[in-house]
Amino acid sequence: MKKIFLSIISIAAISMVHAQETISPAPAQAGTIALAHATIHIGNGEVIEDGLIIFSNGKITDVRKYSPVENVKTIDCTGKQIYPGLISPVSNLGLDEVSAVPSTLDQYELGDINPNVRSVIAYNTDSKVIDNVRSNGILLANVFPQGGIISGSTSVMQLDGWNWEDAVYKMDGGIVFNMPNLFRFSTEGDPVKDAMDQIENVRTFFRQAKAYLDEPKHEHTNLKFEAVKKLFSGEQTFFVNADLVKEMMIAVSFAKEFGFKTVIVGGYDSWKIADYLKQNNISVIINQVFSLPGFQDDDVDMPYKMPFLLQQAGVPFCISDPNESSRYRNLAFNAGVASGYGLTKEQALQAITLSTAKILGIDNRTGSLEKGKDANIVVSDGDILDIRTSNITAAYIQGRQINLDNKQKQLYKKFMDKYGLK
Amino acid sequence: MRILRLYSPGKLFLLAAFILISLFTFAQETFPVNGVADLRSDYFAFINATIVKDPQTTLTNATLIIKQGKIVAVGTNIAVPKDAAVLDCKGKYIYPSFIDLFSDYGIPPVVPGKADYSKYQNISNTKGAYGWNQALKPETDASKLFGSNNDKAKDLRNIGFGTVVSHQQDGIARGTGTLVTLGNDKENFLMIKDHAATFYSFNKGSSTQDYPNSLMGEIALLRQTYLDAQWYKTKPATEGINISLQAWNDNQNLPQIFEANDKWNDLRAVKIANEFAVQYIIKGGGNEYERMDEMKASKASFILPVNFPLAIDLEDANDARVVALSVMKHWEMAPLEPGMFEKAGINFALTTSGLKTSADFLANLRKAIENGLTANKALEALTKTPATLIGVYDKVGSIDAGKLANFIVTNGPIFDEKTIFYQNWVQGKKYIITENGWNDYRGNYKLTLKSENKNKEYTVDVKGTPDKLAATLQSVGDTVKTDVNISSSGKMVKLTWSMKSDSAKLNVLTGLIEDKMWVGNGYNSDGDMLSWNMQYASAFVEKPDTTKKKDEKKNIINKTVVYPFNGYGSPDQKKQQDLLIKNVTVWTNEKEGNLENTDVVIKNGKIVSIGKNLSAGNAKTIDGTGKHLTAGVIDEHSHIAVTGGVNECSQSVTAEVRIADVIDPDDIQIYRQLAGGVTSAHVLHGSCNTIGGQTQLIKLRWGRNAEDMKFANWDGFIKFALGENVKRSYGQSNNRFPDTRMGVEQVLVDAFTRARDYQNESASKRKDLELETLSEIMNHKRFITCHSYVQSEINMLMHVADEFGFKVNTFTHILEGYKVADKMKAHGAAASTFSDWYNYKMEVEDAIAYNAAIMQKEGVVVAINSDDAEQARHLNLESAKSVKYGNVPEIEALKMCTLNPATMLHVADRVGSIKVGKDADVVLWTANPLSVYAKAEKTIVDGTVYYDLEKDVQLRKQLMTERNRLIQKMIAAKKDGAKTTPAVITFDEQNECELDHHVKNSVLDIQQNVSSN
Repeated sequence: MKKIFLSIISIAAISMVHAQETISPAPAQAGTIALAHATIHIGNGEVIEDGLIIFSNGKITDVRKYSPVENVKTIDCTGKQIYPGLISPVSNLGLDEVSAVPSTLDQYELGDINPNVRSVIAYNTDSKVIDNVRSNGILLANVFPQGGIISGSTSVMQLDGWNWEDAVYKMDGGIVFNMPNLFRFSTEGDPVKDAMDQIENVRTFFRQAKAYLDEPKHEHTNLKFEAVKKLFSGEQTFFVNADLVKEMMIAVSFAKEFGFKTVIVGGYDSWKIADYLKQNNISVIINQVFSLPGFQDDDVDMPYKMPFLLQQAGVPFCISDPNESSRYRNLAFNAGVASGYGLTKEQALQAITLSTAKILGIDNRTGSLEKGKDANIVVSDGDILDIRTSNITAAYIQGRQINLDNKQKQLYKKFMDKYGLK
Repeated sequence: MRILRLYSPGKLFLLAAFILISLFTFAQETFPVNGVADLRSDYFAFINATIVKDPQTTLTNATLIIKQGKIVAVGTNIAVPKDAAVLDCKGKYIYPSFIDLFSDYGIPPVVPGKADYSKYQNISNTKGAYGWNQALKPETDASKLFGSNNDKAKDLRNIGFGTVVSHQQDGIARGTGTLVTLGNDKENFLMIKDHAATFYSFNKGSSTQDYPNSLMGEIALLRQTYLDAQWYKTKPATEGINISLQAWNDNQNLPQIFEANDKWNDLRAVKIANEFAVQYIIKGGGNEYERMDEMKASKASFILPVNFPLAIDLEDANDARVVALSVMKHWEMAPLEPGMFEKAGINFALTTSGLKTSADFLANLRKAIENGLTANKALEALTKTPATLIGVYDKVGSIDAGKLANFIVTNGPIFDEKTIFYQNWVQGKKYIITENGWNDYRGNYKLTLKSENKNKEYTVDVKGTPDKLAATLQSVGDTVKTDVNISSSGKMVKLTWSMKSDSAKLNVLTGLIEDKMWVGNGYNSDGDMLSWNMQYASAFVEKPDTTKKKDEKKNIINKTVVYPFNGYGSPDQKKQQDLLIKNVTVWTNEKEGNLENTDVVIKNGKIVSIGKNLSAGNAKTIDGTGKHLTAGVIDEHSHIAVTGGVNECSQSVTAEVRIADVIDPDDIQIYRQLAGGVTSAHVLHGSCNTIGGQTQLIKLRWGRNAEDMKFANWDGFIKFALGENVKRSYGQSNNRFPDTRMGVEQVLVDAFTRARDYQNESASKRKDLELETLSEIMNHKRFITCHSYVQSEINMLMHVADEFGFKVNTFTHILEGYKVADKMKAHGAAASTFSDWYNYKMEVEDAIAYNAAIMQKEGVVVAINSDDAEQARHLNLESAKSVKYGNVPEIEALKMCTLNPATMLHVADRVGSIKVGKDADVVLWTANPLSVYAKAEKTIVDGTVYYDLEKDVQLRKQLMTERNRLIQKMIAAKKDGAKTTPAVITFDEQNECELDHHVKNSVLDIQQNVSSN
């Protein structure tokens, strides 16, 4: 009885909708658009002062120093900064609506090995969170499932869709592996051995999968084996959540044994084995720069300077913001603080644009403002990396100018009106 | 001719029982005798002994007379009574046996009750006329529970103990302990004092009751019980018979022993003792050496454990990665503690408590002696001190006439590694520890083997230690030495050896040692029967021991204590400095606004002048060119530096609990937050109940103790909470009232109604800490900061406050404050909010990042808070979000983490702005403090630089050097055969207000989540 009662309440709560429902996805780009006179940050380290960027049919057709263009709708962006659309490489966006309410969560599936589970399927384009994220310049997000040891597949979504079919930007681009802890929480038992056993189970799974996939015909179809086919062919990325050296080295051993394209997610101690990672072509997604040092003795600024350490060491990396309280919207500032601790601003920008695109395997389409790529563009009043200057005034996804309104802005307006404030 | 008989198992049992009973040499008058009376006087004389009567008095060639379990006489010129059995103790030492005040010997363990975690247990499950709380068991009487256990007694006797105070180690008030000896006898005789002491702890043990579920709750419960017990003396009719309170009062006449087990908990216990004018003997935890000044100042006596940590197995660098320097350092320094107590002149006893096996006791004690404890003091801490602490030195604790005949017989100074304990006499009865070595048979002998054919002669060198003999054998005229195994039991002896030429064949001799002649029979290696004898020829010569010196080299200890005791501590407390900060941009937070190219002078911890081209005598000059100086960041909502939990969840009203009781000055987050410019933190109780606990404002004086961290002369505050957390929306089945926001209001109305009635009660009323606190609120002496989210509940609390005539000082979190900013302003409430959190729970669906801006523009005093150890490291940036979301001017934005929280905490007269006369709590930033590119370069509290970017670099280097040294030392220890323990990750206690906005804020956290999902 109580259960039924509760579910009625939650339905009522969820259907408590606001004006946000009028924020519609934009129609396809019509006509050519030029943004003029802004400072253009390409995303690859280059900056063009007084630049011009032209895009048509959703693609960038030209980026250059400003010179007049004819017969093109030109928007004067004098004094503004133009950036590639920011990309969130690890997020629960669209899966985790209200973190404390289990019925709104779709990232944890039951079972240990679920490569066949797909985040794209549950991605909710009508999540109340998405509008807030994109109005901070984040136009693409790689959506991660989280449960078990092998959680399932990730997909990159563009944040302006009617449904997951038209929002998907790269389908099932990766498979997530949560490396078990390889240290003890107490002197009891042997958790490290247990973890090694779990890892061995995963290894056995992949060995069997490989054998299965090498053989074209099967008496019984195995959906889990089928789901990792593209990992073996190199079309999918193996995302491994791991932070400490031993855990990362095991991840690399998977990469070597099975030829997986492997990316470490977290990689807290990755800078300590930079050469090893480079030798094995492993990239790192840094989980949230705004975080505490992992261990009591660690440098107080360890997480802040970690991007710089990887940059110096030459390990390919990008930065993520999976923060569940501010809901992923501070990606740019995570890069900004890394810039305060050693990265140049353009390197910091690259770590949330082009480097991310490379790691996610979408750099042929986005990540930088280069001719031929999708017109995923953000316009800001000031430096996008700094909280006090970042103010996004326009954004384009595949050339479509998206509506930057959100529920928070609407409530702001509503109550400023109530108090007669400006 | 003996008859060998096989006994059936049942008969064997009877036989064993008979033997046991026959051991009782004392006849208890009221007990019937089965057999013939065997009354003995147990009259013994020990002669020619070295008798250490007490640590100060050693008699040589002395005599000890005991009779009927007591010492009759001790001295050097004492006639031996004719009817006493004489034991010659030539070469032997006699010491008083040890006393352990903290034992559970002979007490049955408590079987923990089954807790139903899904249900809230409001009152005690203990049936009977006892008190309300299941963790308070002052009525427990160990003398009624005690039953002797010879196996366990033997373990303790073997390491020198003769007497213990045993109690049931369960609960917060544990009742009385009983003083018993470790003899094997009827309990009636073993029990020396039925009620010897009473015991307390901060551990609720087997109690399944919810209250208390935090350390601060445990402290509050103890304090309230002192008050209740006092009141109970008036025999209040409203209470009926309360056996627990009666016992509590009865126990007050006994010595009071408090198991605190940690340096800070020791001080917490002492604080309670001082408040209620009692004196606790503190059972410490072994980390007291980290704060010797505080231990000394506490004036307490201590019972110290010697359960020094084992070396950690750090051979794998990946294991070393997860262990903190503080843990490694504790391994190195813990054995110094008893010596440091001696040096500091603090009264202490020692205990076996905490040891995995009592066999480790002597080895660890020797470690303490190697590390500064004198042998005399060690003996005192095991004899005279414990006896004196509980007032039984007239009975035990030294070898003096009239005392119990409890003593140890050894062959040398008691704590020497090579000394053998032969006998432990308890109440005049001998308990043999070992018989071997009582006589030293070492020496050079002549062995003769006689067989039918002929005699063979050898020389035998008997060596080794007196209790563990070894030997080599040589044929006369031969140079080859052969090792001989000797095993002996008393006078019975067995020798075996085999010649190198034929190692498979054994020579075996068995026999008896008859003074200087050994005789017996055996086999030679050919299997021939033979008889033998071995004649003493010359004395054994001991070779000097050279191994010791090598060990000493290895065991170089860095004895420097750092404050606090972790990698970022300093050996000396940081000092106030006079400072001149030149040519800096000053964010005054005053009407002057921002002043560029300005100088600020700090003297004696205060800001003394602000202006251009200032000079300041000998003050240290800091160049501020291109930099920014602001008031220190103040976090209105913090949970750092707390131990034992921030939530006392067990009741909806827990106004009696105090964060002030559980401040943890060692928390690494303090240092990390200094690095983010934080100078003060308002440390709050959590939000799991409507009326939570009293809060504490601290200054981040890194390295100081808890008392020194507290912000002086501060108005007290208290945490309230509303909404989902207090109605426990995310639990499976809440049965703690309230379950709705309607109920939350009634909790408040009820609490204040009770408090109002309480104030009107007569002076003889029971003093109630909860209602006292609520009265303070109504009398404007304590102020509320209330966790709240949605407008309806914000509105509600202001109505309740109006009804009871007080104001809501601060609404904290207050993510829908923007909806009722006008009402808040009218009420006079301040707002302390998150910058940009939303959608993590249902009640924050309407949270907006513009909240701070709207409230600020509407005229409410607004602060940005953290509620999170990570977020607190950049409250300057969180405040900058009000520039981004709502265009708040930068100067006003910075006030949200400096002046505004100071204002709402009633300390703006001292901190929060850069103004002459205010405390010098300031931060020097490398850039505009609202910029993501800014770093705190120096964080100054009271003119003391607690964080310095440059010094931090040095600290890191020292930390690495020290880590590497200790890792190497542990690896070496393992290689040398030391016992080790596996590496376990060092956790720092991290508290959050609530779990539903849990932020994955560090690598470990992520790991944990992965493993738990």
